[in-house]
Amino acid sequence: MAGQPIDQFAARLPADKRAAVYLGTKTTHEKRTQLLFDQFADPDRLRRLAGEIKQHVLENLDTYLTQAEAQLKAHGAQVHWAATAEEACGAVLRIMQARGATKMVKAKTMVSEEIGLAPFLERHGIEALETDLGEFIVQIDRDHPSHLVRPIIHKNRREIAQSFEREGLGAYNDDPETITRRARQYLRHKYMAANVGLTGANFVSAESGRIVVVTNEGNSRFSLAATKCHIVLVGIEKLVPRDRDLGLFLNLLARSATAQALTVYTEFISGPKLPSQPDGPEEMHVIFVDNNRTGVLASDCREILRCIRCGACLNVCPVYRQVSGHAYRSVYPGPLGAVLSPLLAGGHFAEKADLPKASSLCGACNEVCPVDIPLPDLLLRLRDKGKRAHASLAAAGTPPMGAWAILASTPGAWKLALAAGRILNVLPLGLIPIPALRAWVGKRAVPAWRGGEFRKWMRDRRKP
Amino acid sequence: MSDSREQILSRVRAALAPLPRRAPLPDWEPALVALRGQRADADPWALFAERLKAVNGTPLTSVAELAALLEAEGWRHGYCDPQLWPSLREAFPASFIVETEFDRTRIDDYQFGITAATGAIAETGTLILSDRDTSRRLGALAPWVHIATLRREQIFADLSAAVAALPADPNVIWVTGPSKTADVEGILIEGVHGPGLQIALLVDR
Repeated sequence: MAGQPIDQFAARLPADKRAAVYLGTKTTHEKRTQLLFDQFADPDRLRRLAGEIKQHVLENLDTYLTQAEAQLKAHGAQVHWAATAEEACGAVLRIMQARGATKMVKAKTMVSEEIGLAPFLERHGIEALETDLGEFIVQIDRDHPSHLVRPIIHKNRREIAQSFEREGLGAYNDDPETITRRARQYLRHKYMAANVGLTGANFVSAESGRIVVVTNEGNSRFSLAATKCHIVLVGIEKLVPRDRDLGLFLNLLARSATAQALTVYTEFISGPKLPSQPDGPEEMHVIFVDNNRTGVLASDCREILRCIRCGACLNVCPVYRQVSGHAYRSVYPGPLGAVLSPLLAGGHFAEKADLPKASSLCGACNEVCPVDIPLPDLLLRLRDKGKRAHASLAAAGTPPMGAWAILASTPGAWKLALAAGRILNVLPLGLIPIPALRAWVGKRAVPAWRGGEFRKWMRDRRKP
Repeated sequence: MSDSREQILSRVRAALAPLPRRAPLPDWEPALVALRGQRADADPWALFAERLKAVNGTPLTSVAELAALLEAEGWRHGYCDPQLWPSLREAFPASFIVETEFDRTRIDDYQFGITAATGAIAETGTLILSDRDTSRRLGALAPWVHIATLRREQIFADLSAAVAALPADPNVIWVTGPSKTADVEGILIEGVHGPGLQIALLVDR
């Protein structure tokens, strides 16, 4: 029995990385809980309400998508639709080429990771530079983010200092402030030289077409101050019905993600800049990306599309805390990723069929979810789907149950086993030669074996 | 691309068609997200200033105080919104170089930028900027210090009130303290891409 792939990954994870991930996630989780319960009378009610609003959006998605599209167009933005990752990458490339643009500054967006945008653009001779500090470090290291909100939770300052030295960003210095200043100085001139700024969207209000983008660093704002063209890459599930719903979601997002009342920069964008404003995009494009979200919508796990990518379920998950993000072999890690990644994989579901098993089903992810996604239920549904599809990975790490199945379906063997179990009542369990088992029974009182009593009771009961 | 549009919308409709009913849109009152123990200060500036400090921002109530702070740090070269400068200039010593045009080829020359806020949110210490009132997006972002001028009557009590009053402007940004990151080992560092010092200057008469 080779164990689950995630166990094998965890076994190779260096102890210092495990400790860093554990500490980082635990601290954020504890601050989040304290902030929510200190500041709101009934934070659970807010989570449930936000979940109901998102569920309503999902179940009326066609209406809200067309409403948002009409609003965006009315405000002067151009709207594009991409059914697949290839179409989304192609749409970005065409916008760049139409402007003769060769340089892009990118804010952090998970959907761009999902469609492989930066490597695609680089293959077409376009510089696509990540500007979020963590994502910038991921990019120069040719690595992958390991957390939705803190992409380099798996790296320490010494590794980062080495990367900066290698990239010619100054002599080795692992002081976090020096690292940050060097990135600031390097990137600000990149913004000024770039032709296009690309961001994701945390929310899109269908009512007004306002795109909401939040960052703590101000990188998204810098690209929208320096460049003349703004591309928004957004999954079709990111809508909220009304502007006023943003009041609820913004209150939940920052507290859940980073234990802040509000993220530092919360930007509401509904179109190209005002003519009187000297800085900012004269042209704005919004690309709605499906990439099999409609497949997820058609499944019995559509609740996962409520997700606002806050990372709270990663921070609280006992499995994520032990294995870190790369163990999930997907753009989306943690309990969210264990549900979303196999579903988004569509026809390649079987390759990710082990992920729903990477959970103890403790339910903590559901308790912290700001949109109340029933993650444990969805994980169970996907385990079932994996079994029914006979995906070999869905059985990885599961003890063989064949002998049990024969025993349980052969009445004679079953009766014999029940009778034989009585031997446990006379064996000196404290002397079991397996230390782990001995320790286990040493701390617990093993009840007397009463195998067969129920059958006897049934038999006697039938007698007149 | 229009093919993709039809394809996506028809897939959405097909996915939703088997649902026996659709989840209704719940209504909710802003009181639900009111912060616990929120004070209704007679002076909205007092609460705003307290919350701004809590996010490491700097509230100031006089231009002289601002000039002294900048002078003390040796930050004498900056940008100022041309409409604001006439009312502020007399408080600044002659040693200051303040430009009312922002030259995007020299972004590192400006140590501070002064622009007008559109509003503020008291409960979170948030400044609201919009294209309508911000003379230069870059002037409010690229320098190490950003000073947003604010009048008392522009301050909203809470986030819901600010959302309800979102102006008809293509770009509105809420700024809650200085730019920050905790990407490197979870250690908080301020002044990543935006200002390391965020000042709100009360300009009531």
